[in-house]
Amino acid sequence: MAPATPSDVLRIDDLRISFEMHGHLNEVVKGVSLRVPAGRTVALVGESGSGKTVISQAVMGLLPRNGVISQGQILFSDPLKDGKVLDIAQLPADGSKMRKLRGGRIGMIFQEPMSSLSPVHTVGSQIEEALQLHRPHPRKEARAVTEKMLGLVGFRDPPRSYDRYSFELSGGLRQRAMLAMALICHPALLIADEPTTALDVTIQAQVLKLMKELQRDIGMAILLITHDLGVVANMADEVVVVYRGEVMEAGTVEDIFRRPSHPYLKALLKASPDFDMQEGERLVALRDVSPVAPTRAKRVYDGNSAPLLSVRHLRKTYGSKGGGSVLAVDDVGFDIGRGECLGLVGESGSGKTTVGNMIMRARKADSGEVVFHGEKGAVDVLGLDSHALKAFRPHMQMIFQDPVSSLSPRMTVLDIIREPMIIQGRGDANAQKQRAVELMHAVGLDPRFLNRYPHSFSGGQRQRIGIARALALDPDLIICDEPVSALDVSVQAQILNLLKDLQASLGLTYLFVSHNLAVVHYMAERIAVMARGRIVEIGPRQELFRNPAHPYTRSLLKAVPLPDLDRKLDFDVAMSGGTASDPASWPTEFRDTEGGPLRMVDLGNGHSVLAAERCTAHDIRCA
Amino acid sequence: MLRYIARRILIMIPTLLITSALIFTVMQLPPSDYFETYVAEMAAQGEKADMSRVEFLKKEYGFDKPLIERYFLWVTGFVQGDFGYSFEYEMPVSDVVGERLALTVLVSFCTILMTWIIAFPIGIYSATHQYSWADYGLTFIGLLGIAVPHFLLALIFMYFANVWFGLSIGGLMDPIYFNQPWSWAKVQSVLAHLWIPVLIIGAGGTGSMVRAIRANLLDELQKQYYVTAKAKGLPPGKALVKYPLRMSLNFFVSHIGDVLPSIVSGSELTAVVLSLQTTGPLLLRALQSQDMYLAGSFLLFLSCLTVVGVLISDILLGFLDPRIRLQGGRTK
Repeated sequence: MAPATPSDVLRIDDLRISFEMHGHLNEVVKGVSLRVPAGRTVALVGESGSGKTVISQAVMGLLPRNGVISQGQILFSDPLKDGKVLDIAQLPADGSKMRKLRGGRIGMIFQEPMSSLSPVHTVGSQIEEALQLHRPHPRKEARAVTEKMLGLVGFRDPPRSYDRYSFELSGGLRQRAMLAMALICHPALLIADEPTTALDVTIQAQVLKLMKELQRDIGMAILLITHDLGVVANMADEVVVVYRGEVMEAGTVEDIFRRPSHPYLKALLKASPDFDMQEGERLVALRDVSPVAPTRAKRVYDGNSAPLLSVRHLRKTYGSKGGGSVLAVDDVGFDIGRGECLGLVGESGSGKTTVGNMIMRARKADSGEVVFHGEKGAVDVLGLDSHALKAFRPHMQMIFQDPVSSLSPRMTVLDIIREPMIIQGRGDANAQKQRAVELMHAVGLDPRFLNRYPHSFSGGQRQRIGIARALALDPDLIICDEPVSALDVSVQAQILNLLKDLQASLGLTYLFVSHNLAVVHYMAERIAVMARGRIVEIGPRQELFRNPAHPYTRSLLKAVPLPDLDRKLDFDVAMSGGTASDPASWPTEFRDTEGGPLRMVDLGNGHSVLAAERCTAHDIRCA
Repeated sequence: MLRYIARRILIMIPTLLITSALIFTVMQLPPSDYFETYVAEMAAQGEKADMSRVEFLKKEYGFDKPLIERYFLWVTGFVQGDFGYSFEYEMPVSDVVGERLALTVLVSFCTILMTWIIAFPIGIYSATHQYSWADYGLTFIGLLGIAVPHFLLALIFMYFANVWFGLSIGGLMDPIYFNQPWSWAKVQSVLAHLWIPVLIIGAGGTGSMVRAIRANLLDELQKQYYVTAKAKGLPPGKALVKYPLRMSLNFFVSHIGDVLPSIVSGSELTAVVLSLQTTGPLLLRALQSQDMYLAGSFLLFLSCLTVVGVLISDILLGFLDPRIRLQGGRTK
């Protein structure tokens, strides 16, 4: 630990926090020490369950009722008060001293911008409330200060934004509103708990940039809690790595990234996919599991060059009673070759999940064509009647995003895996059970767990169960809808490796839907980029990453924070022109308003981009 | 918001038409009608019914006309304030219901008020002190209130009041004031009698209200925005009232829709046991004797109140919760 200097805003010494569960104490933070120097950013890194959030709750005096600080000090020294030191661990959590600190001198923002703001109060009133609590102003002035703050965090029309409700704002704007609330009293310390995890990459880059700017203007320190090493590399001055409530490694960001010494940190760095991975290079999961591939002949696709799935002119409009309607999917078309993994990338609301659902017939397409070229010839998926659809189901299965809600809590694992076989009438109970055992081996789970219920499994294990269920009917194509976005980096690596192994051993074909470019880069051979319901660019992975043609793809690639100190985000470039998915920010070649109707322009090597009809490949390369 | 309200009001019309048709059908379903029941009852008592009078009434009320026509006569009359004629009481329905309605509204209004006044603090306390001994104790008492039927509670009250204090607690006023014009003494008598039915009828309602407030508030207390409010430095009590409590009110407001009809119908069984001069026993008796205009009009009146109550809740919810107001037209 660095020696305490008077300029440390926050110093935590040997902090121990326990939770009381069923009468006995469970220690979750075991002697953590760290410091946050004034005006600097310290990143607290760890997986879920490492205790990083609990530490932040303790600093804010917001520990859950069954949590107790059993030992240690949380020293807060306010630069405004000449370094007078307060031990937060000793203050009553709801006492007036602590309340003055909370929101006044220490601000906090949270991971979920969706739920962090009250939906029944205007954004402005919620921000102003923080101001009035700590620095009372007359009403009119307070409104002016609040509006100024809204402008500072990037709201375009502060007086109007003041009266808006949180549900009228996008995720990025909500997080900006949270920032405004946390910073309106100019705190000495901002605690940001996974502030950008729930945001799209381009929005994430904007919010990170904003945090940096405000830090410079206000001169506050930031305690940044995250599991994303890319964010850490771009934001932090110092890094503290925690694992199971203990500090594994601490130091400057240079030390941590260039000379990681602790095996846990090294493993963490190896477990996150990045764009430099070579063909065939594998992620190294922290705790690897060895799945046993089911004994089943691998699909061999010889002499059949037709793609497995062809999607053409798929369209979907979500109507609303009020009159307006949203074009969620607009003329989407692509092919997926046999044994291939096609990545479908886009930000939330781009329509990628709707595409997956329409192919599965989970949602009705307005128009379009989905043709599946199976062993028995071509099948028009959208034209199947309910009887034929049921018979067709085994060919296509799905893996879902949320491992918690996609498994029924009232069914045992055996029931969950057997259900598809029961519905399709495959084999008798005994054969089904045998198959379930085989599938458990295939996804690296112990078959003895078959009688358990989903709640006794971790997120990664549940996702394995979901994969086993998808495999139960021996599908040809699996649609993976954000299968790892709810998982920690280390677990994510396990699941991605598992999916790759299964693809190789069973000859599976994937449609891999994700917002995470690094993950798609790792998984997919070809990648399609979606924006505003359309595929704007599609091509082989290397081609797309090396020579992105569409402005949206470019800004997406620029906005991904990499865990590499030599390639920091260029915030100014990434941020140009507001929202990257807004066609107004694209050159005219890519807009259908001025450049005439759009079509896919072939750039060679199977790489094509959505551009105006008059454009040639050369025009686009030069745009 | 205006469009929203207008749409809600327009939707009420078909709803009420369908309800009235349903009520009318149900009233016609039994194989006999009031007159046959009346004749049979008279015959059973060894007397002869005045057949000419029966014939006269049948004609007067269109019993010789086809069903559809009678239905329209009834509904149009209802709209104009003519609720029909009670055969049993031999006076217009509105006169039969008259004073009873006022008393019913009084009893129900006091009951609901008491329910809210008691249930809110207890519910809030239970939610914020979940799994404490006080929470368990209050929960137990509340469940007792829900589980014990009102009329049983009424019987127990009456029995012990009589045995221990020699009091007769039935009724809503001293019998000497029956059919008397309203006077100060009558009001005093009503007030003196009021508290017992209010307490008894309110017991169950309070219990379930406490449970509902507790459950709703517990849900809201988990929400992130409550943590945000505390992270701002709001004192705990203020944060509780402004954020989670405000949100849990949604349930409460949507509940107002159910309250309006219950103000009029009251608790029939308890009213019978306590011989309250409310409308509940009247409805029961009308259904038994197939006094169809009395029962039918009463039921239709309740339906109107339900629909109006729901409308009021919806409008209030619109004001209370901007999500409903601003997203009302949009569906996902």
